[in-house]
Amino acid sequence: MAAAAAAPGPGSGPGDSPEGPEAEGPERRRKAHGMLKLYYGLSEGEAAGRPSGPDPLDPTDLNGAHFDPEVYLDKLRRECPLAQLMDSETDMVRQIRALDSDMQTLVYENYNKFISATDTIRKMKNDFRKMEDEMDRLATNMAVITDFSARISATLQDRHERITKLAGVHALLRKLQFLFELPSRLTKCVELGAYGQAVRYQGRARAVLQQYQHLPSFRAIQDDCQVITARLAQQLRQRFREGGSGAPEQAECVELLLALGEPAEELCEEFLAHARGRLEEELRSLEAELGPSPPAPDVLEFTDHGGSGFVGGLCQVAAAYQELFAAQGPAGADKLAAFARELGSRYFALVERRLAQEQGSGDNSLLVRALDRFHRRLRAPGALLAAAGLAEAATEIVERVARERLGHHLQGLQAAFLGSLTDVRQALAAPRIAGKEGPGLAELLANVASSILSHIKASLASVHLFTAKEVSFSNKPYFRGEFCSQGVRESLIVGFIRSMCQTAQSFCDSPGEKGGATPPALLLLLSRLCLDYETATISYILTLTDEQFLVQDQSPVTPVSTLCAEARETARRLLTHYVKVQGLVISQMLRKSVETRDWLSTLEPRNVRAVMKRVVEDTTAIDVQVGLLYEEGVRKAQSSDSSKRTFSVYSSSRQQGRYAPSYTPSAPMDTNLLSNIQKLFSERIDVFSPVEFNKVSVLTGIIKISLKTLLECVRLRTFGRFGLQQVQVDCHFLQLYLWRFVADEELVHLLLDEVVASAALRCPDPVPMEPSVVEVICERG
Amino acid sequence: LQARALTPQTAETDAIRFLVGTQSLKYDNQIHVIDFDDENNIINKNVLLHQVGEIWHISASPSDKGVLATCYNKRGLETDATCALHAIDRELILTLAVSSADSKVVTCAAVWRMPLELEPGGQDSPEDAASPAHALELLCHLEPAARGSTACVAWEPAGDGKRVISLADNHILLWDLQESSSQAMLASSASLEGKGQLKFTTGRWSPHHNCSQVATANDTAIRGWDTRTMSQIYCIESAHGQLVRDLDFNPNKQYYLASCGDDCKVKFWDTRNVAEPVKTLEEHSHWVWNVRYNHSHDQLVLTGSSDSRVILSNMVSISSEPFGHLVDDDDLSDQEERRLEEKSQEPPQDSVIATYEEHEDSVYAVDWSSADPWLFASLSYDGRLVINRVPRALKYHILL
Repeated sequence: MAAAAAAPGPGSGPGDSPEGPEAEGPERRRKAHGMLKLYYGLSEGEAAGRPSGPDPLDPTDLNGAHFDPEVYLDKLRRECPLAQLMDSETDMVRQIRALDSDMQTLVYENYNKFISATDTIRKMKNDFRKMEDEMDRLATNMAVITDFSARISATLQDRHERITKLAGVHALLRKLQFLFELPSRLTKCVELGAYGQAVRYQGRARAVLQQYQHLPSFRAIQDDCQVITARLAQQLRQRFREGGSGAPEQAECVELLLALGEPAEELCEEFLAHARGRLEEELRSLEAELGPSPPAPDVLEFTDHGGSGFVGGLCQVAAAYQELFAAQGPAGADKLAAFARELGSRYFALVERRLAQEQGSGDNSLLVRALDRFHRRLRAPGALLAAAGLAEAATEIVERVARERLGHHLQGLQAAFLGSLTDVRQALAAPRIAGKEGPGLAELLANVASSILSHIKASLASVHLFTAKEVSFSNKPYFRGEFCSQGVRESLIVGFIRSMCQTAQSFCDSPGEKGGATPPALLLLLSRLCLDYETATISYILTLTDEQFLVQDQSPVTPVSTLCAEARETARRLLTHYVKVQGLVISQMLRKSVETRDWLSTLEPRNVRAVMKRVVEDTTAIDVQVGLLYEEGVRKAQSSDSSKRTFSVYSSSRQQGRYAPSYTPSAPMDTNLLSNIQKLFSERIDVFSPVEFNKVSVLTGIIKISLKTLLECVRLRTFGRFGLQQVQVDCHFLQLYLWRFVADEELVHLLLDEVVASAALRCPDPVPMEPSVVEVICERG
Repeated sequence: LQARALTPQTAETDAIRFLVGTQSLKYDNQIHVIDFDDENNIINKNVLLHQVGEIWHISASPSDKGVLATCYNKRGLETDATCALHAIDRELILTLAVSSADSKVVTCAAVWRMPLELEPGGQDSPEDAASPAHALELLCHLEPAARGSTACVAWEPAGDGKRVISLADNHILLWDLQESSSQAMLASSASLEGKGQLKFTTGRWSPHHNCSQVATANDTAIRGWDTRTMSQIYCIESAHGQLVRDLDFNPNKQYYLASCGDDCKVKFWDTRNVAEPVKTLEEHSHWVWNVRYNHSHDQLVLTGSSDSRVILSNMVSISSEPFGHLVDDDDLSDQEERRLEEKSQEPPQDSVIATYEEHEDSVYAVDWSSADPWLFASLSYDGRLVINRVPRALKYHILL
């Protein structure tokens, strides 16, 4: 006992802790070990090769069931040094003492309880003995009572039977009397119009009459009754057919007729025919309202009217029908469903026509309210007539209208965009006519951007009504998911942005013939607009949409980046086209000037040609125009130097260097070689290369195009000495003024150098002008 | 030396031979006969002197190897505008040159005969003054009836080398070359009337319809002419946004025409429907000066531009149909092959095969060799002539 009790601390401690991680160990390992375990008949712990301490079979475990003191002592003696032995001995003695004292206290505490329990048991024994006696007495009394009661009932038996018989006869007589009186009562009822009462009587009597019809007297009554009933049915039918009364009365008639055993099939046909008549009248009135005349009542009123008239009627009919002809089974339900479907479809056709009229108008909230009411109304019959699919059809209509609405908005947006473009066009054209400064390009741009944005917002807001919480159809799955993501986000917003890009691109796609119709400034403006969209507006609009419509749908949506890329592409193309158009204008000017002049017989240059001045002026104008919308951009560092330096480099050293060889007889190789070497070191010039979104790049593009044209034109001509000098002067003039527009002035130098060099080649008598003279002429110009 | 004119020797079918005309105001101009030895990759050059003026356009007679026509530019007070037939031996070449009369520049054309003996091996460099340069034998001038600059001359492609078209200002002139091409008779002419100064820039003779059609370009319009009646048969107004620089007929599809111009585009037209181009390429970054169909594989189109690039495109989608028109028996097998090839590479895609950027200056002339359909030459203004081959892979792809 002592050993068993003394162990808890050290024994279980080490045993539990390794068990923990092992329990979490992977299942796989456990399985593999299971086999081994089986073979060795060992516990899991030992099979896993763990220290044997925690094993319950271990005879040295103080707490284990298999504890063997001998083994334990042996082990201790063998394994532990003396000091530890001493320690464990004292430890064990201490634990044994503690256990002893615990035992004693437990015994003392429980002793009193034992004594009181013994007392209670004794008292209970006495009480039970008393109760047994009383129960015996009760049993004898009961037996006596049963005896008496049996005797009494035997004596009353006779009389009871007689009374029952009498009562039966009485009831029979009363029934007979009712039967005899029945014909007269029925007639009275019919006369009074209390058809319900009559039908009830008839119902009660019918079965009996049926049973006893072989007796002549009953037969007579039955005949009478049948005559009266026929009359009654006749009258009811009459009333039913008159049809003037409302649906509930009709329903009552039908109910009575049914009770009279009229054929249900026929009745329900007739009933439906009547209902159809009434509902068709409703429809006709709606149609009249719809009418060919334009001033139809507003759509809300229309749907209200339709809702209360037609849908209400349909509801009543359906409810009554189901109540009356429930017995008809599925055939009857089918009939009703077909009926409802047919009328419903006609109604829907009307509603759609009305809504189609509404498509053109802009008031979304009214439309949404009308649709809401329409949808709500149809939910009632929808619940009644699930088979007729009215609710589904209604939802479908609402969805269709919503979709059309989206299309309408998209068109509206596009129209607005085109409208604003036209405005811009006019604004751009206006100053030329009025001769005064119109609104700046930046201002126009801001106008366009803000007007488009406000249009988009307005559209979003009005479309948002479709998903408002209080609208009954907003929680349909379509409006939850597809409408938001596919409809609003994809087709409306994304569609609009796409179409905007396309419209813009169409401006640059249109080839030369139509290109003249697009003012270059518009191209520039659109390009900037697209760029703005790329940087900010698209993501803003999409975020706005996502927020407003809480797009939950997981269907794939066009990511912002794609749209941005599209917009950027558009912007780039527009700008490139702008560069082309402007470059074309200038190069046409240059080409005409080169081609129409007779270069062989020109006089000595006194002036810069007017064309060149014009070119510089135009370039400056373009610079201003582009500067309004685009940033400056980077140019190569050297431009900070004054034009003086470049000028001197250009005109003296380089020009001299180039023409020097042409005076010597062995010239041809040298010029070739020189220009080739020069070209080796200069980069290839991509003339119509795409441009960056900044002013410098745009102007560089334009100037590149113009100068290349000049070069090609010069090469097609033959120059006299003065022709060459004129070209020299012109080029120097251009050089003086164009360098400031471009990113890399080397480029201008290079192109102009080539122009002059080509002119020199095309001149049989190349005598260049003195640089100083060129300078003077240019400065004078 | 500057050069603008390049033509393959059309009548030569054995050797790969190109003719290049130089353009210089200060020195005697030359015609270089360039032989390319395919096996050894060696280029041989022969220089012929063309003393009358700088050569703007050159075309070789399709029937006579020795005859060529040039359009040349002649300066001087003494000469009127002249057109001349030059001849080299049995080889006829047409050159076009610009000449100036009364210190005005006038371009005129002449037919020349190349000298009889071309020294084998030729001269190494044209600049070598010591090398004996043969003079061209002048056959005849093509003198425009009305005073004007000749812009272009073109031989009748399939005939016996007797008929030449020249375009002078706004006139289109058809010449008959008499016995041994020594005399040119003006057979017929037509002129273009219109507002302003109308000038033809270029023209081509269609190889179809028994060679009765000529297409010309002026400004932005392309016109087709019937040489029998000398009347206009079609007109593509504003074919390009700017000047039309060159034209070429599809050798296998009779109504197809390629054009290029200053709007950097190459357009393909069906002359039966001139409202819209069949196809437009926009690969160049500057004016496109030259467009040429390959003579036997019309999906290969070569273009040269002043952006110093030569682009070889594969226009599979508008190449000749299977069972095309005017197919000889010889070509039939070829056609069938091509049809198979077209089937195999579905869907056929137009693509740029290669862009050649060897030139440093504007490329004004490109052309295919008449002897080897896989070889072409391009000439840039700085006088560099580059001969290239169609990439081998593509060649096998087309053939197999």
